[in-house]
Amino acid sequence: MADPMRIRAQAAGDKTTVRVLMSHEMETGQRKDAAGKTVPAWHIQEVTATHNGKSVLSAEWGTAVSKNPFMQFVIKGAKVGDKIAVTWKDNKGDTRTDEATVT
Amino acid sequence: MQSRRQTLQRSAAVAGLLASAGFPQFAHAAFNKNAFEAKAIQDAVKAAGGASLIESKDVTLTAPDIAENGAVVPMGISTALTGVKHLLLLVEKNPLALVAIFQSNESLENNFLTRAKMGQTSDVYAVAIMADGKALWAKKEVKVTLGGCGG
Repeated sequence: MADPMRIRAQAAGDKTTVRVLMSHEMETGQRKDAAGKTVPAWHIQEVTATHNGKSVLSAEWGTAVSKNPFMQFVIKGAKVGDKIAVTWKDNKGDTRTDEATVT
Repeated sequence: MQSRRQTLQRSAAVAGLLASAGFPQFAHAAFNKNAFEAKAIQDAVKAAGGASLIESKDVTLTAPDIAENGAVVPMGISTALTGVKHLLLLVEKNPLALVAIFQSNESLENNFLTRAKMGQTSDVYAVAIMADGKALWAKKEVKVTLGGCGG
């Protein structure tokens, strides 16, 4: 159901900068709707990334990360053509994985 | 789900021991609910495994001086130190202080960037939790201007 992530991985020397733009509502659980009821929190809890199948990144996010979250991290030793896969999982159990190639 | 979380919390000490004994996947198996529900910086850092808070110049926080839109404030943490376990981003005056925890990994640079929501002008903290439990922090005040009326 969730829209695909946009992932760009650019190699510069022996470092690869990976930028990820996810598509997620990231509801904080603080907001109230028109009827005065609190909108329940709905946010990405876990983000993981793999480099050629090997786990490299593991992060946990709270409700304060922005809607449609952006994330950037730097992998050491990745080469052009390597595969970077990013997975997120939200507190409702939804999950999505997208893959990109290092350029 | 709830009972599973409670069980995990009770066995946190055991999981910690297992993690240090060479099963790192145990350390990341559960979402750190305690840390993310903490309202104060100190509580969140403690729940994430940091014992003593020390201000440090070796931790770099990247954040703007003024954020025009509190819903999207870019912030990053980086450090050249070795022996870092977790990197945390926190906003002091948010209802729940902790924004994100990044696990340090030998094949990654300790340099992470993301975007966070801020309810109001506040100090933003970048905390690096070291393997020995020290929590090194750096902070910066970010002014949030709402509706262009100035901070």
